[in-house]
Amino acid sequence: MLLRLLRTHLAPYKRWLAAVAVLQFVGTVAALYLPSLNADIIDKGVVTGDTGYIVSRGLEMLGISLVQIVCSVVAVYFSARTAMSFGRDVRSAIFHRVGSFSNREVQQFGAPSLITRETNDVQQVQTFVLTAGTFLVAAPIMLVGGLVMAVREDIGLSWLVAAVVPVLIGCVAFVASRMVPYFRKVQTRIDEVNRLLREQITGVRVVRAFARERHEADRFAVANDELTSVATSAGRWMATMFPTVMLVINVSSVAVLWFGGHRVDSGEMQVGALTAFLSYLMQILMSVMMGTFALIMVPRSAVCADRIVEVLDTDSSVVPPVDPVTAVDVHGRLELDGVEFSYPGAEQPVLRDVSFTAEAGRTVAVIGSTGAGKSTLVNLVPRLFDVTGGTVRVDGVDVRRLEPDLLWSTIGLIPQKAFLFSGSVADNLRYGKVDATEDEMWAALEIAQAADFVRAMDGGLEASIAQGGTNVSGGQRQRLAIARAVIKRPEIYLFDDAFSALDLATDARLRAALAPVTRDATVVIVAQRVSTIRDADLILVLEDGVVVGRGTHDELLADCTTYQEIVASQLSAEEAA
Amino acid sequence: MSSDDAPSEARGSSPVETQRKSATLQETERIQAGPGPGRGPMGGGMVGQKAQTFVPSVKRILGRMRPERTKAVLVVLLAVVSVMLTAVGPRILGHATDLIFDGLIGRSFEPGTTKGQVISALRERGEDRQADMLASMDFVPGQGVDFDAVRNVLLTVLAIYLAASLLAWLQGYLLNDVVQNVVRRMRSDVEDKVNRLPLSYFDRQPRGELLSRVTNDIDNVSQTLQQTMSQLLTSLLTVVAVLGMMLWISPLLALVALASVPVSLLLTKQVMSRSQGLFITQWRKTGTLNAHIEETFSGHDLVKVFGRRREAEARFAAENDELYTASFGAQFVSGLIMPLMMFVGNLNYVLVAVIGGLRVASGSLSLGEVQAFIQYSRQFTQPLTQVASMTNLMQSGVASAERVFELLDAEEEVEDAPSTGARGSLRGEIRFEDVAFAYDPERPLIRDLSLVAEPGSTVAIVGPTGAGKTTLVNLVMRFYDVDHGRITFDGVDITTLPRTELRSRIGMVLQDTWLFEGTIRDNIAYGRPGATEAEILEAATATFVDRFVHSLPDGYDTLIDENGSNLSAGERQLVTIARAFLADPVLLILDEATSSVDTRTELLLQKAMAALRSDRTSFVIAHRLSTIRDADVIVVMEDGAIVEQGTHDALLAAHGAYARLYDAQFAAGLTPDAV
Repeated sequence: MLLRLLRTHLAPYKRWLAAVAVLQFVGTVAALYLPSLNADIIDKGVVTGDTGYIVSRGLEMLGISLVQIVCSVVAVYFSARTAMSFGRDVRSAIFHRVGSFSNREVQQFGAPSLITRETNDVQQVQTFVLTAGTFLVAAPIMLVGGLVMAVREDIGLSWLVAAVVPVLIGCVAFVASRMVPYFRKVQTRIDEVNRLLREQITGVRVVRAFARERHEADRFAVANDELTSVATSAGRWMATMFPTVMLVINVSSVAVLWFGGHRVDSGEMQVGALTAFLSYLMQILMSVMMGTFALIMVPRSAVCADRIVEVLDTDSSVVPPVDPVTAVDVHGRLELDGVEFSYPGAEQPVLRDVSFTAEAGRTVAVIGSTGAGKSTLVNLVPRLFDVTGGTVRVDGVDVRRLEPDLLWSTIGLIPQKAFLFSGSVADNLRYGKVDATEDEMWAALEIAQAADFVRAMDGGLEASIAQGGTNVSGGQRQRLAIARAVIKRPEIYLFDDAFSALDLATDARLRAALAPVTRDATVVIVAQRVSTIRDADLILVLEDGVVVGRGTHDELLADCTTYQEIVASQLSAEEAA
Repeated sequence: MSSDDAPSEARGSSPVETQRKSATLQETERIQAGPGPGRGPMGGGMVGQKAQTFVPSVKRILGRMRPERTKAVLVVLLAVVSVMLTAVGPRILGHATDLIFDGLIGRSFEPGTTKGQVISALRERGEDRQADMLASMDFVPGQGVDFDAVRNVLLTVLAIYLAASLLAWLQGYLLNDVVQNVVRRMRSDVEDKVNRLPLSYFDRQPRGELLSRVTNDIDNVSQTLQQTMSQLLTSLLTVVAVLGMMLWISPLLALVALASVPVSLLLTKQVMSRSQGLFITQWRKTGTLNAHIEETFSGHDLVKVFGRRREAEARFAAENDELYTASFGAQFVSGLIMPLMMFVGNLNYVLVAVIGGLRVASGSLSLGEVQAFIQYSRQFTQPLTQVASMTNLMQSGVASAERVFELLDAEEEVEDAPSTGARGSLRGEIRFEDVAFAYDPERPLIRDLSLVAEPGSTVAIVGPTGAGKTTLVNLVMRFYDVDHGRITFDGVDITTLPRTELRSRIGMVLQDTWLFEGTIRDNIAYGRPGATEAEILEAATATFVDRFVHSLPDGYDTLIDENGSNLSAGERQLVTIARAFLADPVLLILDEATSSVDTRTELLLQKAMAALRSDRTSFVIAHRLSTIRDADVIVVMEDGAIVEQGTHDALLAAHGAYARLYDAQFAAGLTPDAV
């Protein structure tokens, strides 16, 4: 998955990557040339006492250093460019893909998970690309270059390289293989500890009300100890890494001197070459270590890549029509015909055989207990889900054939969870109508019974709303969500339990104010309170996804037991007298 | 953490360098990690925030190591010895090179002559330079390399290296223990603190901010300690040790090498001051982009239905581009440090090679010494860069530590009264006597409030939002203490009771349906530790949890996730009610508890609640008057004072505030002719 992701999204930057490789190559060759010049200084300059030679070689070394730095800087430039472009492109691809998802896919992944994939996971892979661009490219070049140079200096000693490199790889790989699983465990344990702390803080009232501080502290202590224990183990392995590597490297430098010394003595090798060989061996070992370390990043990046690809590979269950109907004489006539909806793999459908027709200017209400499928029903109209059976038609056209923008422009949705966007009150209203004037905004707020509190807010229409609308009360949030839909003046209103947080008096005033606005529109109201819907032209009583009663309030009172029960429960509450 | 060992472009020759480079990389990665999702707006302020009281805070962090001081001292000693041994290594290795060189030179002359003869012969031929060089060498003409001497030298070096590695390992091992324990204690102190903070702290502090302190900041401190402590210690010691060795070998070359110090520092500072700003921008952009992503994904359906996808995509594209520009800049500029330092290192290398070569040629330095010196000068610049590149990380870590300390220093709840032990049988009589209270001294909320809840009675509290209904509950629970007057429980002032004892008598269902991550069974059992399965089932059945539990895939073992999003709001509330039911308290508090349950479920619930309330005192706060009409006393509150109290019928007859409230709902509700 990681490879596929890289292949797809790095393809446009092939040239930059090639540039990085070339530059790294030149830079490495330059770097490798330095010890060899140093060897010359010793063998030809120092030994013969030729100071002129020493200086001229020194200047040459300087020049090569310059070449090397220029190559490195430009390579950094291109690899940073590539990695960041990659990150940007993948983020964009995910965002675009999620945008096409229906509610079903969003629910399946969960919004928080999608957010993590879009942000953290992409960053993780992006970092990997950056590291790889710099190190994984450089390591093999340096390894091969170092080998070539070392062999060139003295072929007789090259067996040393062959012996030392596997030892180092073995050591590093061994320690790393012990370390990595611990790191993974550490991450889970950290999550656990943080979760407990988060729970204690968000649930502080409950914890205290039930006097369970002791219990919470114990739970936390266990998690904390577990975390410490794995983190300690991980840290211990980590503490082993550097002394081990240091030892291997230092021992091999001793070995070079011992075996090289013999070769120098027998005249097969020059002293300068010995020093150079030592440098090259170090370089080879460094590149091996570097490569190994870079590879440690692979498993983690691979997990992230899998999670990203999973999103990118998921197709929306709601696809825009290939040959959309772009023009319809919109009145708002809504028909549901034998509608069925079930989640994939679910035993029972959420909705079964639901049919009704709502003419423009009519109000259809849906009532039923929690989990009866009311929200699902509403969500089928704007194609947040697609039916798994039957059809939903707007003005006679199957919604699946309508141009999505056209469909959505006819609908004003007030969802159960009144979600507001960050920005001002006005910004939120502009969601409904982009070019709404201030007068239109106030008018919509008046209808939604929100004008009073907005006026009282600091800044009025410009008062700021926190993300999700958390800085206003639930009831206020609902009224703003209603205003946002009202200002749109849609042909179809979908109120998904949108009055639940309002007290009865406000509920009544709001519905009275809505009546003239919705006179020519189709209104679908999902509600739990009978009082909210008793004036509806048609009431559907939904139970376990099936319509168990339909008719007006009076008709249902006469012949629908479920409805009678609902009414009785509320009547006994509100007005039993 | 697992990337601390991330590799880096290394062309040098010591492990120290690799460490240094990996430090830079970690930093890059950490900064990139940025404020992630869920961290929302809270993570942002951390970076770039200069630690204001850097030194005292560092002292305080170190002070937290006190319980491990023996180990800590040992760590420092081990590090000193290990670094010294490592530093001596190349010097001794240089002797081996000298021995080999001596042998090489010796072999090139006729055996039988002496060193003096060779040199004077050279001088006669006018080769003064070479003569000078040879004069400083220790060779016997005609004799090759003295391998016994070389072996002895190499074995010594081997022993030294072995010892150095062993000590370094031991040091790392112990330091890890110290750091882990410090972090563990810090977490546990914070957890402890959370339990001792007054509730007003949680109300005052934005929740996300507090969460960020106890999670992100502690993690950051922990990572900083783990990543910097060991490196910082060895780096600083290495600089000192290497400098010492260089001075020993050649003060002149040491000066040359020292010249690279200010250059490196200057370069590092230049680059870092630029990259710091760019990183801050990158973080900020990451924050804004993440916020936009979070919002768009959370409000996915609305964005769609309101036809705002195009705008959302456009804004995303713009912000994504800005992030790209910022992070590219940050990565590029910070990526310059490495090549630049490499260049300084190479300059140094060239200078040492040339000057050293000249010195050897003039006989004032041996070849082995130059070789050792080259190695030293490389080791010298590396730890400096390492320390420099860690400053960012340290600043951010210390800033986090300060935020954690702030939390640890926050004022705690008033000390609890000692337990009286004597409980006897509780009746559940609650009495408010002239109670006054204000969250904010400027704005008194409750004044002169007196109220009696007889044992077993139901007291309903109604009134508009902000009237102080929830505050009453907060006072009874001692989430807050009264400013004036007193509240008694069975005649005992509640401030004289330990909080846990008081609260264990009270069962509460809050507006906020908090459930913890665990099974439904565990969440119900939370009400009473040690409850039997039968009792849990009884509570679940009585509160209709049982009804919906069976439709869940795993029944009572269904896991409730952190946000409880796999249960509907109504179902969550039922679970919290079951939890209170199981607690079987003397006093029951229901705070608008039934507002998200559909009305039929609510009716059933009310029946269950009536049974639950039957022999205990209950406070009920509700918006819907329907839920409280059979209360023994209805208390109508307005602006922190009780304006009316009595039964439903009495209050209706009085045509006062309650009657007005009732009429408002009645008028809007069902009219009798509907039936």
